[in-house]
Amino acid sequence: MSIAKPPLTALGWVAAALVALAAVSIFAVAPEDADQGFSQKIFYVHVPIALTAYACFGLGAWKAYRLLATRGERYDLESYTGVHLGTIFGILTLVTGAIWAKASWGVWWTWSSNQLVLFLVLFLFYCAYFMLRFSVEPGPRRERISAVYALFGVALIPVSFFAIRLANDFIHPTVFTREGPQMTGEMFFAFCVSWASITLLAYVMYRVELAGKRTDANLRELREALGS
Amino acid sequence: MSSGEKYVAAAYGVFVVVVLVWVAILAAKLARLERETGELVQLARARAETDDRGHG
Amino acid sequence: MSAYLTDVAALARKDLRLELRARDTLPAMLLFVLSTLVVFHFALPADTGDDAAYGLLWVALVFTALLGLARAWVAEREAGALDGLVLAPSDRSAIWLGKSIATLAFLVAAELVALPAFVIFFAPLGLAALAGVVLASIGICTVGSLVSAMAAAARGREVLLPLLFLPLAIPLVVGGVGASISEEPGTYLAFLGLYDAVFAILSWAAFEYVVTE
Repeated sequence: MSIAKPPLTALGWVAAALVALAAVSIFAVAPEDADQGFSQKIFYVHVPIALTAYACFGLGAWKAYRLLATRGERYDLESYTGVHLGTIFGILTLVTGAIWAKASWGVWWTWSSNQLVLFLVLFLFYCAYFMLRFSVEPGPRRERISAVYALFGVALIPVSFFAIRLANDFIHPTVFTREGPQMTGEMFFAFCVSWASITLLAYVMYRVELAGKRTDANLRELREALGS
Repeated sequence: MSSGEKYVAAAYGVFVVVVLVWVAILAAKLARLERETGELVQLARARAETDDRGHG
Repeated sequence: MSAYLTDVAALARKDLRLELRARDTLPAMLLFVLSTLVVFHFALPADTGDDAAYGLLWVALVFTALLGLARAWVAEREAGALDGLVLAPSDRSAIWLGKSIATLAFLVAAELVALPAFVIFFAPLGLAALAGVVLASIGICTVGSLVSAMAAAARGREVLLPLLFLPLAIPLVVGGVGASISEEPGTYLAFLGLYDAVFAILSWAAFEYVVTE
């Protein structure tokens, strides 16, 4: 997948425009939530970031599957970049989630938030991905092992989610709930724009990072070919 | 700023900062790639020159 | 199909015979699990309920399993035999299945010591808890054998294996502890069965990609 299609520059501009529109929708258009107050606005950034993290892990797993199925060389870097961005957005999910928890309930962490706990488990899992990747000699074997691990990650997401739900039955945490915002039309619109903008931003980041990695690899090969 | 506003600012701020840090890291990588490309061009030119001298 | 199963049986038998002769993994696992249980006694304050003990049982089991898994592929690696095995005509996944069965045998042997010790030291174990132990052990050995093979290909493999394995083990711990202490263990046992099915199939399918050069 070259940097040319779909044209990255155009995507970048669209992403910028969407982010601007999102900012306006969130702060000027969407009304303030009656129950939670102003801190509810964190919802518009936290949830899209979480969804984007899932999407990135999914993309990494899809590219991993393509690597194993077709042995196409390009899929390794694509899978790796997907997992890398997923991890970045995963960390962002944990941090924005903690800030939101502090704003809503006065604690930085709670084991009763299934999504936060899930992201903690995924964070541990995907950090190990990088440790694995950097412990194996570069080559087709490393590509395959990384791909298998990325696929396991995506299988772990629903399984862990169920496990966390089941665990809540016997861990009996202090249950915090948030009144799910009765979403007005404007709130829903702001959420959708925010989600679209963050997803597109993540995709632009993915393409840019991938181009950087590919160029790096090409230069290394060039250097070897020139025999220095 | 009320405390609610502070938290909102913190959450959005963290997001912006992380993206900017990502940009900075990528910029550093680009600078390195730029330098390496320059070095490789030198290498290729030097190689072309010795070839010319060798065969010419 | 029966050739496949014969290969699996032969591979598992080889591992068991090797262990019987060398006797380096199983005694270590037995001693480790006993020592861990004793440490836990000192780690629990006087008035903790039984539930905490069940949690610690599962910690002990997972880390004992890690001990066994760390040594799972050592024999093949040292003899350079993994390449030889992989080149053999049998389906590569048979290697994984044989290794999983052998590892499971070691883990069960360790549990035959650990579970009575737990009952004596801490709290009784019901039928559901035992079923949980069986199901979770299967999950541990199937996923663990694959992950151990991944770590075997890497530098710093002793440290890497727990990092790779523990996030995958979390659902097993939830299932096992739940089966031990919940009033409705059926859900937890069903969940463990689901985990086993999903990850056994994944591991079975993925093994050849992990192990070929």
